[in-house]
Amino acid sequence: MKSPKIQMSVVGPVLALVVLLVLGASLNPSFLAWDNVTNVLARSAFIGIIAVGMTFVITAGGLDLSVGSMAAFIAGLMILVMNSALPSLGVGIPIVLLGMAVALAAGLVAGCLNGILISRLGIEAFIVTLGSMGIYRSLVTWLADGGTLSLDFGLRTFYQPVYYGGLFGVSWPIIVFALVVIVGEIAMRSTAFGRHCAAIGSNDQVAKYSSVKVARVRLTTYVVLGLLVGVATILYVPRLGSASPATGLLWELEAIAAVIIGGTMLRGGFGRVWGTVIGVLILSLIGNILNLTDLVSPYLNGAIQGAIIVLAVILQRDTRQGQ
Amino acid sequence: MSEPVLALDGVSRSFGPIEVLHGVSLALRPGRVHALIGENGAGKSTAMKILAGYQPPTSGTVRLDGAPTAFASIGEAEARGISMIHQEFNLAEQLTVEQNIFLGRELKRGLLLDKPAMRARTRELLDLLDCHVATDRKVSGLSNSDKQMTEIAKALLRETRVLIMDEPTAVLTSAETAVLMRQVRALRERGAAILFTSHKLDEVKGIADDLTIMRDGAVVWSGDASEKDEHAMASAMVGREMRDLYPAKGPAPGEVVLEVSGLNVPGHAEDISFTLRRGEILGVAGLIGSGRTETFEGLCGLRAATGEVRVKGRPVTIRHPWEALDLGLCYLTEDRKTRGLLLRKGMRENLTLQALDRFTHGLIDTTAEEAALDKAVREFDIRGSRAVRVGNLSGGNQQKLLFAKTMLSEPEIVVIDEPTRGVDIGTKQQMYGFIRGLATEGRAIVVISSEMQEVIGLADRVLVMRRGRVAGELAGAAASEDAIVRLAMGVLPAEETVA
Repeated sequence: MKSPKIQMSVVGPVLALVVLLVLGASLNPSFLAWDNVTNVLARSAFIGIIAVGMTFVITAGGLDLSVGSMAAFIAGLMILVMNSALPSLGVGIPIVLLGMAVALAAGLVAGCLNGILISRLGIEAFIVTLGSMGIYRSLVTWLADGGTLSLDFGLRTFYQPVYYGGLFGVSWPIIVFALVVIVGEIAMRSTAFGRHCAAIGSNDQVAKYSSVKVARVRLTTYVVLGLLVGVATILYVPRLGSASPATGLLWELEAIAAVIIGGTMLRGGFGRVWGTVIGVLILSLIGNILNLTDLVSPYLNGAIQGAIIVLAVILQRDTRQGQ
Repeated sequence: MSEPVLALDGVSRSFGPIEVLHGVSLALRPGRVHALIGENGAGKSTAMKILAGYQPPTSGTVRLDGAPTAFASIGEAEARGISMIHQEFNLAEQLTVEQNIFLGRELKRGLLLDKPAMRARTRELLDLLDCHVATDRKVSGLSNSDKQMTEIAKALLRETRVLIMDEPTAVLTSAETAVLMRQVRALRERGAAILFTSHKLDEVKGIADDLTIMRDGAVVWSGDASEKDEHAMASAMVGREMRDLYPAKGPAPGEVVLEVSGLNVPGHAEDISFTLRRGEILGVAGLIGSGRTETFEGLCGLRAATGEVRVKGRPVTIRHPWEALDLGLCYLTEDRKTRGLLLRKGMRENLTLQALDRFTHGLIDTTAEEAALDKAVREFDIRGSRAVRVGNLSGGNQQKLLFAKTMLSEPEIVVIDEPTRGVDIGTKQQMYGFIRGLATEGRAIVVISSEMQEVIGLADRVLVMRRGRVAGELAGAAASEDAIVRLAMGVLPAEETVA
C-alpha cells in the first residue's frame, strides 16, 4: 500500500507546473504563444541538459558545484580554439566539428578530474567541486583577460543555426534536450547503471558488499555530467558567440535546484529524470512570467526561486516522515 | 557482607512477545567488583541496561539502597550515582579530554567558562586514576585505554557509586588491561560498587569478588567468585543440552575448492591458513574482535589482504568483491542493516542488486526480476508485503532476503557471517536447513558465528580464531563447546591445567 503522501511527492511538482502554466496564461495571452513557449524551452535547455547529468550525480550521493564555471571555461576554450584554427580551416563544417570535439573532450576531462578526486581519493564532493568551480572561473577570466572572448564574426554567423535553427520549427537545443532527457530517463529507470547509482546513494556500504563497482559508477556519473556540460556549451556558444567571466554564473545552483524540485533526494538514493525536467521548467517559467507581467518585479525572480527550492525540500521531508 | 547498593530483584524483560530476561536477581555491593559472564545473547547487556536506567524492567524490581526505584531516564540514574561505560565509548571525539569530562556540567564564572578550574579538576581526577594524558588533548587521538580512563574520570566527577562497564577490556591490549585493573581496584577501595562483563575468564578470575553467570536470559549461578575456577566458569556458561535445532550432517565432503595459506589482513588477522571442500560446512568460532569477520572480508576483496589463495587449485588474486564473485566466492555480511540491504528500497531492488547483470540485456528485465522474487519468496519463505520498504520487514525476513540475494548470484563458495544474529528460534531453524541444503547441493560453505552451539550444530569442521590467528581446528566429536571456548579464550584444557 502506498500512502497518499508518496503520490503527493509524485504529483506535487507536476501540479506546481500546471498552476504556473494556468497562472501565466491567465496573466498574459502571449504566454502560451508558440514563440514564447519555444523561447522558454530553448533557454531552459542549457540548464536542463546539465541538470539531467546532475540528477545522476546527486542520486549516487554526490554533488557538483563546478558545472557553471566549467561551462564558461569550455565556452572560452572552444572559442579560442576555433578562432585560432580559422586561418587553416576556414569557415565551414570542419571547424564547427572541431569546436564541438574540443567542448566534449574538455567536458570529459573536467568530469574525469572531479570524479577521480572524489571516487578514488575519497575527497568530499562538495570540497572538490568547490575547488574546481573556482579554478574554471578563474581560468576563463584569465583566457579572456578579464574581458570577453568573441567568436570570429563570420564563424559566428555560420555556427548560429545550431542555436537558432532546428527541425520542423523546433530548435536544436530543444531537440537535444529532449533526447538527453529520454536517454537519461531510460538509463535511470531501466539500466544497471541507474540502479547502481540509486544503490550507492542509498548506502554505499551495501553497494560495496553487493559487489557493485562503487568507485567506477561514481566516476561515471561525474564524467557523464562533464560530457553533458560540453553538450550544453556547444548549444550555448552560437547563441551569443562569446564567453566572459560572467558566462554560466549560478548555473550550478539552478541545476541543483531543478533536480531537488523534481523530487530527487539531495542526500542520494532516489532520483528521477522526468522530475528534473519539471524542476527546470518550473524555474524558467517563474522568470518568464515575471518578465511578461508586471505584478512582481523581475528582480525578485531569485527570491521566488529560492522560496520554491526550500518548499520542495520541506515537502520531501514530510514525505519521508509519512512513511 | 555489606548491604547491596543497587540490585535487580526477579527482573524480567520482554521485547514484543519475546522474553529475553527471565526473573534475574543480581546484587552489587559497595567496595566489591562483580563480574557478569555468559555467552553472547545470554542477556548480560539487557541486565546491565536495566541496572543503569537505560530500559525499565517488564516485571520485577530495581532496588537502589534497598528501596524499589524506577529511573525515569539515564540522567536520573546518573544523578543518583550510577554510571555505565559502553564498549564503544560515549565520548565526543572532537572535544578535548577536559571538555568531555565536563560535558553538560561545565563550570562557569558568570557567562564564561571557568577553564582553569575545569582543567585543575580534570588533572586531579586523572591523577587519581594514575592517567597521565594531557587534559587538552582531543579524544580522537587517544588510545583506547586513555579513552577508558576519560570515561571513568567522567563518572568520578559525577560522584559515581556504581560503575557498570560493558566488556571494558575487549578493546584493550594486555598492558592497557593491567592499567585498567589497577584503577578498578583503586575504585573498589574507595567504596564504589563495580559491575563488569568480560569474555576473558582469566581477568574475571583475577579481579572479581562476586560472580554471576547467565545463560539464555537467566542466572544459572551466582556467588563468591573464588568458588569457581576458569574451567568451571566455562562449563557453567555453555552447559546446555543440544536441541533438535540442527539438520543432520551431510555426506563426506568432495574435493578441495578453496585453499588459503598465510592470509594476512593488516591490523586484524595474521597467517590464516585453511582449506574448504565441496559440500562442506566449515564453522569459524572465536570471540568478537578475534578477526573472524575481517579475515573473510579480506579473502573476499572487501578489505586489503595479502596471502596465497587457490580456488579449485588455481592461484588467484582477489582485490575487489566483484573479482571474488566472478570466481564464485561470496561473503554474506553479519550486518544486514548497514551492509546487507538497502533499507529504503523494496524487496525486488534488493534481491537483484548483486546479480543485476543476470537480469540486464541492455535494459533491466523487471518481469524476470519479479519472477526471481516470486521464486525467492517461495524458496526462502520470506513473509511480508512486497510493497513496503525492506527496512520495515522483521529481522528474520530481512535475513532470509539477504540470503536469497546472495544465492541469486549462485556462488559456489559462500561465507556466511552470523547467519542468525537477532532472529527468532523458528527462523534460526529454517536458516540452518537452508545452509545445510546449500552444502548438500555441492556448495562449499563457511559459517562464522559467535554462538558456539550454532557452530557445533551446523559445521562439519570448526576453525577457532583468537586474537587474529587460527587458534586451532576441531572436527567431529572433538568440536565440543568446551574445547572451542578454551581455544577461543586461550584457556588450557583441564587436564593440562592440573598437570
